[in-house]
Amino acid sequence: MVLKRPIYILTASKAGSITSSMNTLLSIQEIGRRSPRFDALDKALGKEHFASDLYPKEMLWAGALRAGIPHGRINSVNTARAEALKGVHCVLTRKDVPGSNRQGFVYWDMPVLCGTKVRHAGDAIALVVAENRQILARALKLIEVDITPLPIIDSMDAALEQKASRVHDLETGNVLKSATITKGDPAEAMSHCDIILEETFFSPVQEHAYIETENGVARFDKDGILHLTVSTQAPFRDRFEIARALGLDHNKIHIINPYLGGAFGGKDGATVQCLLALAAMHVRGRSIKMWWDRKESMLAGYKRHGARMHYKLGAQKDGTLVALQCELDYDTGAYAHLGVEIMALGLEHAGGPYRIANMESKGRCIYTNNPIGGAFRGFGVAQVCFAFEGMMDRLAAKIGMDPLALRRKNALVRGDRNCAGVTMTHSTGMDECLSRLSDHPLWKTRKKWIAAAPPFKRRSVGISAVFNGMGYGRGLADYAIAKVKLTPSGFIRVYNGVSDMGQGNASTFVQIAGEILCQRRETMELIQPDTDRTHPSGSATAGRTTYTYGKALIKACEALRDKLFNRAALMLLVDDGSGFAMIPGGVRHLPSGRDVSLVDLAGMMMPDDRISMAEYLMPTTPEMPMGGETFKLGFPHLIYPFAAHLARVEVDELTGEINVHDYLAFTDGGRVLNPQVFEQQVQGATAQGLGYALFEEVKTREALLETKDFSTYILPTSLDLPDIESHAVETIEHSGPFGMKGIGEVGMNAPLPAVASAMAHAGLPMDHAPFTQERVLAALDGTKRIDHEYKI
Amino acid sequence: MNIKFELNGKQVQFSVDGSMRALDLLRENCGITGPKEGCGSGECGACAVWIDGVTKLSCLMLAAQLHGRKVTTIEGLATDDVPHPLQQSFAEKGAVQCGYCTPGMIMTAAELLENEKMPDREMIRKAISGNICRCTGYHKIVDAVEDAAEIMQEMKS
Repeated sequence: MVLKRPIYILTASKAGSITSSMNTLLSIQEIGRRSPRFDALDKALGKEHFASDLYPKEMLWAGALRAGIPHGRINSVNTARAEALKGVHCVLTRKDVPGSNRQGFVYWDMPVLCGTKVRHAGDAIALVVAENRQILARALKLIEVDITPLPIIDSMDAALEQKASRVHDLETGNVLKSATITKGDPAEAMSHCDIILEETFFSPVQEHAYIETENGVARFDKDGILHLTVSTQAPFRDRFEIARALGLDHNKIHIINPYLGGAFGGKDGATVQCLLALAAMHVRGRSIKMWWDRKESMLAGYKRHGARMHYKLGAQKDGTLVALQCELDYDTGAYAHLGVEIMALGLEHAGGPYRIANMESKGRCIYTNNPIGGAFRGFGVAQVCFAFEGMMDRLAAKIGMDPLALRRKNALVRGDRNCAGVTMTHSTGMDECLSRLSDHPLWKTRKKWIAAAPPFKRRSVGISAVFNGMGYGRGLADYAIAKVKLTPSGFIRVYNGVSDMGQGNASTFVQIAGEILCQRRETMELIQPDTDRTHPSGSATAGRTTYTYGKALIKACEALRDKLFNRAALMLLVDDGSGFAMIPGGVRHLPSGRDVSLVDLAGMMMPDDRISMAEYLMPTTPEMPMGGETFKLGFPHLIYPFAAHLARVEVDELTGEINVHDYLAFTDGGRVLNPQVFEQQVQGATAQGLGYALFEEVKTREALLETKDFSTYILPTSLDLPDIESHAVETIEHSGPFGMKGIGEVGMNAPLPAVASAMAHAGLPMDHAPFTQERVLAALDGTKRIDHEYKI
Repeated sequence: MNIKFELNGKQVQFSVDGSMRALDLLRENCGITGPKEGCGSGECGACAVWIDGVTKLSCLMLAAQLHGRKVTTIEGLATDDVPHPLQQSFAEKGAVQCGYCTPGMIMTAAELLENEKMPDREMIRKAISGNICRCTGYHKIVDAVEDAAEIMQEMKS
């Protein structure tokens, strides 16, 4: 169901209390209004059709055979027994892939089907198309694979050994990319510091755990067009990926992109697309569905990179930050995905949202046979926030300074260069976030709350200050092409070009169009991304969707508005289009008081005249930090949202369990377009961040997954999280739509360091996340736990 | 085997394989795609439906177990095309983001409101603790259930 219109619920007569919802539905879609999302009611009614809800007639099922071992040479793949099974349409292997067989959109290092080598246990070796899922499962079991095992690279240390077996045939061994960003002279500056602190931090691999697992439906039509409906964050880029990997013409690939049941970065890149397309190429004219179950999703899907971060921070006794030297290692697993760009953002944000004159951040992105590291909300930054904020808390303790005062003293303001050397020329609300936090009762009454701890409970209050570059950064045009149309029935239809994975950008686009064209919700329609109907507008990533598409959409709506005024002038026989205003359902000529309805206007306009389009390109910084030229794309950024969070934490001294009692977030996302959607982003990111802090950890043993499902990989439930109080710090981002900037990611970065900060001030400094009961008990015992399970 | 049951107020019958799951029968044969599969192992609650008014996980049930039962899904929760107050409140209060957990979450919450007229936040949190939401952090879901409980009380009075 691509065309969307809201459903009207005329329940006011039945229950007076629902009148408010009527008001909301019938109101103009104004910017700044706390209005329910356009998609919310259909989803609550169970009427929204996600990609996984499609079951076309006479549909077949496709499934992949996974390697099951993490590293080895493929000697043979015998498909004869599987092919002989009744109800099996085809069993495909590497030899059946006509194109480059490579996916990965920057490094193209990931085969669609492995032919010679497997690099992780989730690698696809064969693809089966069958009548139904039962036959599919039986056929997959009948495929015989002979693999000679190779030494398993199950940690970054193992990967870096001199004679380590190579995951890919790189001259640099298993180091996919190394880089050093330098600002000032940190070695020299360090020698003048009053205080030098050193620490090594470890952050875990995290699972996206969207509830809708990877899936899609494909059909190769007789006219040579390949149609796919996929749960993806990048439908337009997918066409090029599929075309390259399978030797197809990208112009003959049509992708439909319904609402996603979550993604968070994990559906940015190759999941089912090429496998489905390959299946469809071999069984033409039939619809084929592929839907990874949870175990396959956890085995073959992307994860947040685990990281090891060594920090050396130099400061003066008064708390002035002077120099930072750090070494960051990211485990990208078997394939690059966006590992290099993720590391680049780690290097860019390594010094936190602070003024620090000298920095050297060194990074390595390392191949192993572990599950694939990929994009995940907080893209490389969530990791370093744990480290730099951990250093701030250690410094505060060392010099006896209030941790909030220390952060405010060093917080970036406009005109400062950030740690990577980019001048803060755009909205910079870091200090305002901290200032507002310092006035909040949860901060002001902390001592009283801590003192009231029950027996065997240790209470503490932690804070964190974070930022997150918005948009693609340099090297990759961050653009969008918006289209808006007046339909023959006088409705305004927005053609959204950027996936809505749940963040609500599509709903905000309706709001933007409603604001400019002064229309009510019931006369507006929304088309979700479709490569035949909407225009390429980049991926739903990087906190960019509302910013970039929103800017393009404002221009498109203004162009349509001006056109409507000019056409109305023709109809009313007045001089020109000046003196008109938009009103719900029409335009009004203010001098004469005459109205023209949108239906009448639509009737006199040619179909192509009823469309307006516009594009927008996000600005980039002209400053290039020293060493940054190493990165082809994604470095550095120009515009940053900021956040300061507070966590009130209670530690059970007997069990080591951490209870986050209260939570508070101040976020600088510029002007807030819809407070409800803003809070949704903050609360959702905080929830994922608290999971990251407390118990979420993908575990592997010899590169094989141990957390294979939701009974072993623990996600936060409603009982694990507190209410999350969110406040907006409304700076104005002058470049943004109505003054906003994207906050999809920044909220993810703050909870782990906020909880860590609380732990540090409770006398339990943690260097290894998540803070499981075992690790907390070890900290309570005063012993540094030797973590046998966790190799880096 | 042949089974008959009441699905959202209508009698239906099917011939099903003994190993077929209830969730698959609903989604693939009945056109009822409100119940979702998030884990297939009873951990996430996205597939929750009512069996005789009690919340059950349809991914853990066999289709054959529906025989003779009254099955209610998210599609059958609204009456006479008027959404259930929970559906309204979820939309109004921002409890829906990606929306994939929403049908199961609402079915679970609706059962709570059948039994508890005015549950407090802690009771709501306990009731929905078997339903995983990855988007919202639950705050607005709890808000929505509170709001719906109030509306339902007002409607009665």
